[in-house]
Amino acid sequence: MTTPVSSMALVLFGSFLGSFATVFVKAGAQRLEMNLRSLLSNWRLLVGALGYGGSSFFFVLGLRQGQLSILYPLVAAGYMFTLFWARLFFGEALTKGKFAGVGMILVGIVLLQLGNR
Amino acid sequence: MSSATLTPPETDLARRKRLSIMMVFVCTLFGAPAQILIKTGAGRVPQHVNWFTALAAMMTDVPLIEGYALYGVSFILLTLALKHGDLSILYPVIALTFVWVSILSVLIFHDSMNAYKFAGIAAIVVGVSVVGLAGKQ
Repeated sequence: MTTPVSSMALVLFGSFLGSFATVFVKAGAQRLEMNLRSLLSNWRLLVGALGYGGSSFFFVLGLRQGQLSILYPLVAAGYMFTLFWARLFFGEALTKGKFAGVGMILVGIVLLQLGNR
Repeated sequence: MSSATLTPPETDLARRKRLSIMMVFVCTLFGAPAQILIKTGAGRVPQHVNWFTALAAMMTDVPLIEGYALYGVSFILLTLALKHGDLSILYPVIALTFVWVSILSVLIFHDSMNAYKFAGIAAIVVGVSVVGLAGKQ
């Protein structure tokens, strides 16, 4: 089975969208107060939730066709994107430990997928 | 300033961090069945149809709806966790979802356990631990 470039593009776009959604969820969460009014006026959380929905939609479309062993690393790439956004938008330190840990996680996700074949 | 006056806020911060990580952990326990339900539902979405037809099929599929409802719960937990915790520490913890999905697939669908899966689970658990420890420094 070959993997169409369109499937790869859809999945990669889904990862990218998902990692950006996470930025909005984090920004919304930081402004969150425990009352209904603040919750309903928190557009960042809404954008984040819609972003996750959109991301999932592109994953479903992309994963319909193609080899999961190629597509899954692209799903996992979202974890790397998120690390960079954490640095860029929230000034969090990117330490070797974080890269090492996320690197291991990516390897783990690919291994799991290989085991599923 | 004496160390005694500094101690309470530091302990409070450490407690909040721990609580945030625990919330994301629970979030993955909801995310895993959500993912299985969504995978089941997605498999029933017809192929080779246009995006609108695919979207209509997705919005009326019961496992997909149940899956997204569980995702809703995990989204709330993630939001609460992210209120105080670091994104670069908390987000990688979500990868534990893959671990629970693999274990559930073995238990429910009687998928075989093999060396790849075992190594994958180990790598993710170690990876999440490494990120968590990186956050303590």
